[in-house]
Amino acid sequence: MALVTETGTSRGTGGARQEQAAGKGSGRQTPNVLGGLGGWVWLVLIILPVYYVVITSLKNQSGFFGSNPLAPPTDPTLANYRTVLEADFVQYFVNSVIVTLGSVIPAVAVSFMAAYAVVRGRGRIIASAHTLFLLGLAIPLQATIIPIYFMITRASLYDTLLALILPSIAFAIPISVLILSNFLRDVPRELFESMRLDGCSEFTMMWRLALPLVRPAVVTIAIYNALNVWNGFLFPLILTQSPDKRVLPLSLWAFQDEFTVNIPAVLAAVVLSTLPLVVLYALARRQLVSGLTAGFNK
Amino acid sequence: MSTVLKPKPMMKARGARTEGPSAWMVVPALVFFVTFAVVPLLGVVFLSFTNWNGLGAITWAGLESWQTALTDSVTMNALVVTLKIMVFSLLVQVPISLLLGVFTAGGQRYRAVLAVLYFVPLLLSSAAVAIAFKALLDPNFGMGPGLGIPALAQNWLGNPDLVLFVVIFVIAWQFVPFHTLIYQGGVRQIPASFYEAAQIDGAGRMQQFFHITLPQLKYTIITSSTLMVLGSLAYFDLIFILTAGGPGYATRLLPLHMYLTGFRANDMGAASALGVILVVIGLGLALILQRLGGRNRSASQLEGA
Repeated sequence: MALVTETGTSRGTGGARQEQAAGKGSGRQTPNVLGGLGGWVWLVLIILPVYYVVITSLKNQSGFFGSNPLAPPTDPTLANYRTVLEADFVQYFVNSVIVTLGSVIPAVAVSFMAAYAVVRGRGRIIASAHTLFLLGLAIPLQATIIPIYFMITRASLYDTLLALILPSIAFAIPISVLILSNFLRDVPRELFESMRLDGCSEFTMMWRLALPLVRPAVVTIAIYNALNVWNGFLFPLILTQSPDKRVLPLSLWAFQDEFTVNIPAVLAAVVLSTLPLVVLYALARRQLVSGLTAGFNK
Repeated sequence: MSTVLKPKPMMKARGARTEGPSAWMVVPALVFFVTFAVVPLLGVVFLSFTNWNGLGAITWAGLESWQTALTDSVTMNALVVTLKIMVFSLLVQVPISLLLGVFTAGGQRYRAVLAVLYFVPLLLSSAAVAIAFKALLDPNFGMGPGLGIPALAQNWLGNPDLVLFVVIFVIAWQFVPFHTLIYQGGVRQIPASFYEAAQIDGAGRMQQFFHITLPQLKYTIITSSTLMVLGSLAYFDLIFILTAGGPGYATRLLPLHMYLTGFRANDMGAASALGVILVVIGLGLALILQRLGGRNRSASQLEGA
């Protein structure tokens, strides 16, 4: 529990800042050395595996077996990346994009409408739907994979990308409705009221008023769902089979068997499959982080 | 669904005088959720009373599948493994993510930079994390020989005494960043005036942490712990790739046991019974944790789940 002491103190530094802002108190507290130290230690723990994956993916086979595993490659090579790209990686990438967009866009659209109805509407149907969604948060939905497999095979959807999309939409709904409705509740009633007096329909209000006001939340929930679907492994594992229907996480698993001892190539596939999300994170980090911190603290 | 859709034209006819949207707006989400979550949920209960190998006909089997699932010693072992992973994950992840949340909520520039990097594991798929750690933990070509520390060159994934803790560490590595974010948001909602008042009274860092920060984070702790507990019932892909439940049955937790029973041993009936157990445990734990949040906040705490 040494960490408790370390970062226990770190709270104080935040306090010190506030104290400074207030311009009073018993002077500035000393910098929080222990808290800072703990923070750097955690950074090492986080970064070391990432560093290892990246440098290893740039080594050739003999470099991998011959050199220190944590030393950077002496002659970096992109050959592993070529190996991965030649092993139908592009196909898997496209499949992942199709499944992710195909799931996230409808999921966010139907969740937004539902959240709007939950916040603005009344009546038994809306109330029971809301309860059902909340219940969905408490149930490990993975427990339902066997009936889902049954339904997908009976519907002749087995081994199609649609088989991955349909349940992914359903599983994204509870958390999306929850977070979107938390944000929609903050839209002042008077705004709806004045639009209503102008004779606008509910649909217009949703589209013209609510959507622009909670756009950050919509983007957050879209990214959050995209992360989940992009990285999903269980549905692809049980609902697809042929290589041409493979999505990226499943392809990583398959590469393991295919490349066996060629660890650098497997790790190059790991890097390539993560790259799109790193780009997304770089572009929309603020949006995602602020939305998530707010969304779960309401 | 026709009965649900019918009121729409009527509502429209009354036009702007009707307060609130009609129920049809909730229908698309409801249809998806009922079809691919509620129906399967009922289906798993039904299938637990049948015999099915995943391909052929489904036949009624009464309690046979339940008997198979419950008398199997592997099931008991899977329950124990699941419980261990759940408890240890909480013990490891709650303090670390709470402290990191508090740490990153501070305004210093270097902390903001660290927070950006802390988030990185969230971008990796469980498959990627598992493969990376498999390579990293390799006793010959991984981190152990790399750092030159013999103690780190263990057969981490092959030793039944060590493997569970390795799994708990990798889970923490993957999920602490997410919970750090939640705590960070929670800390930032604590009014600064609390700390100002405490400092005027001469409270030190530790006192501020234990008397202001920690009590104020009560609901954040419950939300985050609920997510962790329910999450530990869903760890599947990570462990499947990292250890496949082994060595032996050392890391075969309930969801994995269900998958292997259903899709490898082709006993969908017994696997469904395991699925039902999973649902019951999940619901039970969610209700208990929700109670801990107190009655007033109960609604919003369930929302946190």
